[in-house]
Amino acid sequence: MVPLFQSQENISGKISIEPVSGKKVEHNGIKVELLGQIEMYFDRNNFYDFTSLVRELDVPGEIYERKTYPFEFSTVEMPYETYNGVNVRLRYILKVTISRGYAGSIVEYQDFVVRNYGPPPSINNSIKMEVGIEDCLHIEFEYNKSKYHLKDVIIGKIYFLLVRIKIKNMDLEIRRRESTGSGANTHVETETLAKFELMDGAPVRGESIPIRLFLSPYELTPTYRNINNKFSVKYYLNLVLVDEEDRRYFKQQEITMFRLGETS
Amino acid sequence: MMIADGIEDEEKWLAEGIAGIQHNAFYLHRAVDSNNLREALKYSAQLLSELRTSRLSPHKYYELYMRAFDELRRIEMFFKDEERHGCSVLDLYELVQHAGNVLPRLYLLCTVGSVYIKSKEAPAKDVLKDLVEMCRSVQHPIRGLFLRSYLAQISRDKLPDIGSEYEGDGDTVMDAVDFVLQNFTEMNKLWVRMQHQGPIRVKEKLDKERSELRDLVGKNLHVLSQIEGVDLEIYKDTVLPRVLEQVVNCKDELAQHYLMDCIIQVFPDEYHLQTLETLLGAFPQLQPAVDIKTVLSQLMDRLSNYAASSAEVLPEFLQVEAFAKLSNAIGKVIEAQVEMPVVGAISLYVSLLTFALRVHSDRLDYVDQVLGACVKKLSGSPKLEDNKATKQVVALLTAPLEKYNDIDTALTLSNYPHVMDHLDAGTNKIMAMVLIQSIMKYNTCVSTAEKVDVLFELIKGLIKDIDGTLADELDEEDFKEEQNSVARLVHMLYNDDPEEMLQIICTVRKHIMAGGPKRLPFTVPPLVFSALKLVRRLQGLDGEVAGEEVPATPRKIFQLLNQIIEALSNVPSPELALRLYLQCAEAANDCDLEPVAYEFFTQAFVLYEEEVADSKAQVTSIHLIIGTLQRMNAFGVENRDTLTHKATGYSAKLLKKPDQCRAVYACSHLFWVDDQDGIKDGERVLLCLKRSLRIANAAQQMANVTRGTGGPVTLFVEILNKYLYFFEKGNPQVTSAAIQDLIELIKTEMQSDTATPDPASDAFFACTLRYIEFQKQKGGAMGEKYDSVRI
Repeated sequence: MVPLFQSQENISGKISIEPVSGKKVEHNGIKVELLGQIEMYFDRNNFYDFTSLVRELDVPGEIYERKTYPFEFSTVEMPYETYNGVNVRLRYILKVTISRGYAGSIVEYQDFVVRNYGPPPSINNSIKMEVGIEDCLHIEFEYNKSKYHLKDVIIGKIYFLLVRIKIKNMDLEIRRRESTGSGANTHVETETLAKFELMDGAPVRGESIPIRLFLSPYELTPTYRNINNKFSVKYYLNLVLVDEEDRRYFKQQEITMFRLGETS
Repeated sequence: MMIADGIEDEEKWLAEGIAGIQHNAFYLHRAVDSNNLREALKYSAQLLSELRTSRLSPHKYYELYMRAFDELRRIEMFFKDEERHGCSVLDLYELVQHAGNVLPRLYLLCTVGSVYIKSKEAPAKDVLKDLVEMCRSVQHPIRGLFLRSYLAQISRDKLPDIGSEYEGDGDTVMDAVDFVLQNFTEMNKLWVRMQHQGPIRVKEKLDKERSELRDLVGKNLHVLSQIEGVDLEIYKDTVLPRVLEQVVNCKDELAQHYLMDCIIQVFPDEYHLQTLETLLGAFPQLQPAVDIKTVLSQLMDRLSNYAASSAEVLPEFLQVEAFAKLSNAIGKVIEAQVEMPVVGAISLYVSLLTFALRVHSDRLDYVDQVLGACVKKLSGSPKLEDNKATKQVVALLTAPLEKYNDIDTALTLSNYPHVMDHLDAGTNKIMAMVLIQSIMKYNTCVSTAEKVDVLFELIKGLIKDIDGTLADELDEEDFKEEQNSVARLVHMLYNDDPEEMLQIICTVRKHIMAGGPKRLPFTVPPLVFSALKLVRRLQGLDGEVAGEEVPATPRKIFQLLNQIIEALSNVPSPELALRLYLQCAEAANDCDLEPVAYEFFTQAFVLYEEEVADSKAQVTSIHLIIGTLQRMNAFGVENRDTLTHKATGYSAKLLKKPDQCRAVYACSHLFWVDDQDGIKDGERVLLCLKRSLRIANAAQQMANVTRGTGGPVTLFVEILNKYLYFFEKGNPQVTSAAIQDLIELIKTEMQSDTATPDPASDAFFACTLRYIEFQKQKGGAMGEKYDSVRI
């Protein structure tokens, strides 16, 4: 279990240091840091701290017995959410350092999770589009929104305007596209998180197939755009039609995911 | 081999599917037993995935479906029990929709939907609407049909019908109707689509497979008919128009035929009656290949039965003008379906006619109208060549006869003959026979000349040669039978009024005279006798109809008869004509028309002289002439002399001696009529007898010369009997001495050396002698008379 916070919260606590009995700990000072780090897996051991706050807990001296230091970071700006991706990780850590001149410093970490809730977007248009392959397949699809919260339901329909191929089935996929780095060093990783069969069999012209996809079973995150210039996570709805010769016809549409405040 | 392999493979796939279901069912049961919802959902989805197969024919798929169905019942029970799985039905309704595959997802959704409606946590109509909409996701015909059939199954007892627990709070029967109609529409679309989908297979096989599934579609109509709240109003305004819309729009012959049939079968007859126009309006829009006639016939059959069920419903038929609507619809169907074979059109008319006869038996105009329509349809083409169509036309023409048991009715139908005109010669004859048989069977009397004219027009196939029929194609026996029937028919034409009767006779004559040589011998005699019957009748009315202007006088009829028989003698059929002349002569005699009778005799003699050449025929004819002439009393002395002279003369000129002999002694009767004022010329009687005796002698001698044996004495015995007759009748010229001589003569002959023993003539003679003995013994005047005869 990890503690959960959101931006602007006070992060406070106590740090207890207790030497092994009968021994003293000599130090050059004790501090606690709150770090927001982005870690790229292909760039091992290279952390980018986008947030770094420090509280000095003690001046250099010696500790003979258990000693407790309260600390507090008030209204901490934590704009980014914790994220564990394929190529990138965004984490928040409390780091306690007991500096010692010799034998190296003692460092302890505590992870915590940040999730930021937002209000529902004021503009949330539906996605409606007509696509097709000339004289072969024309469909019109509609998703009721372009922005969905994580427990939302995608409602929509696919309307077949022209069908000249023998369709076997139709799926709706939720795809996550994670891009890291920038410029020539950009890494893009796409995962299919959901594969939801919408239709079984071959429709004829004029058929309208309903879409109702509950998002709750899937592990989705909000859409992240250009987090600290290091990475982005985007979501797509991919409509896939498969014909009897297993040819795939698809149309991908980006949707925006957001985390809805629990209360609203 | 290919097919065999296909079937084996199918068995294998089915077995695999069943195994898959059983395997998952095991885990499912375990999950259910331990109240583990998550696992239960998982295994039920896997179990239902077996239904995703495309490899089974509908028949085998059904088997698989039934296995899954049983398991679904178990799942439903589990879903119902919230305490066991701890999940509200609303949550459950969402939860099952997480399943990734559409088919298992929808089966589960329907199952939860059923529980959901039962829980009454949401209006039934909303859940039903959601289910029927979501099921659109399965577009595969077979899988879709079974899924929707499952939906229909689980929803059947949950429709917000009148009186159902799910009615009320905005849930109305209309919601139930909408739901079923929508499911029906979608199922029908899938069903129709079956033929266009899947691998290209033999059409028959596809059609067979489709037929196996048709009841899944039809079930919906059945459900609709079972909804209590569907009253006539709703049926008329919603159900029927929407069902028909689907039927017409699907443009599929198999579906159209089946569904129209279904509509007719499942909904009540009174609804059909009240919505005839709408229902019938759909028929012309159906595909040309649809077997409309069967369906329409079904409808008309049902309506006829309905009409027959109670007299109270008849006014309804009139009120909605059922006949006019049906007739109109049939006309439109025939018009719209140019390709329809003639037989189809005729069958439709047959059904309509049956309907008219059963429901409106008093409306002959309806019947005639149907026939008229039929004529119109047929008038495009010359003669029917299609065997089946011909049969239908015969059915069409027979129906009114059977209904009314009365040819009169058929004769008043102006279009009846026109329909017959379209039959080929052979069938025309058969139909004519049917007509005649109907008359015979019901002993119908046709009583006006006008009707007779129509009737003979109808049966003209029998009356005269129709172009194109070769005489030698006819079977002799059939021909005889036909003509005998016509002959019988002539006797059924009768009117009490002599004038009308004469008209009838004239009409018949007009028709049968065209019959040609082969028919006249059959048809003339009955006509002659019919006319003679009229003569006798007029005779009976003697005096009452003495007016000058009366056209029906015996004289006039005899003129007619003369012409009729003359035609026969020209055929030639002289012997028959001769007999008929004699019949007429006798009738004329009875009417005291001497010249007429004389004329008939003249004709008879002329025929005898000129046409009767065969000696046997001559013998028969001369005896007939003698017999008839004997009874004539109208003749004056001169005429009678002429005729008797002729008759005696011809008798003596017959070829064989015995024939001569017999004819001559028969002539003796011409001079002795045993009546009060009959002629009694004893001398000439004796002359005849003596002459016959001479001929008998001559015959005997001739036999001796040619064969060396004497002929039998039969002739002598016969002559002896004639002697005895006249002796008893008191002819003074016939004496006991003459009898005595004759007896002696016979005895001598019998004892002569050359006599041929003949037991028959011996017995004859012995009997004759015994008779004489008897008369002697009897005593009295007769005994005295015989006294002098010795044996």
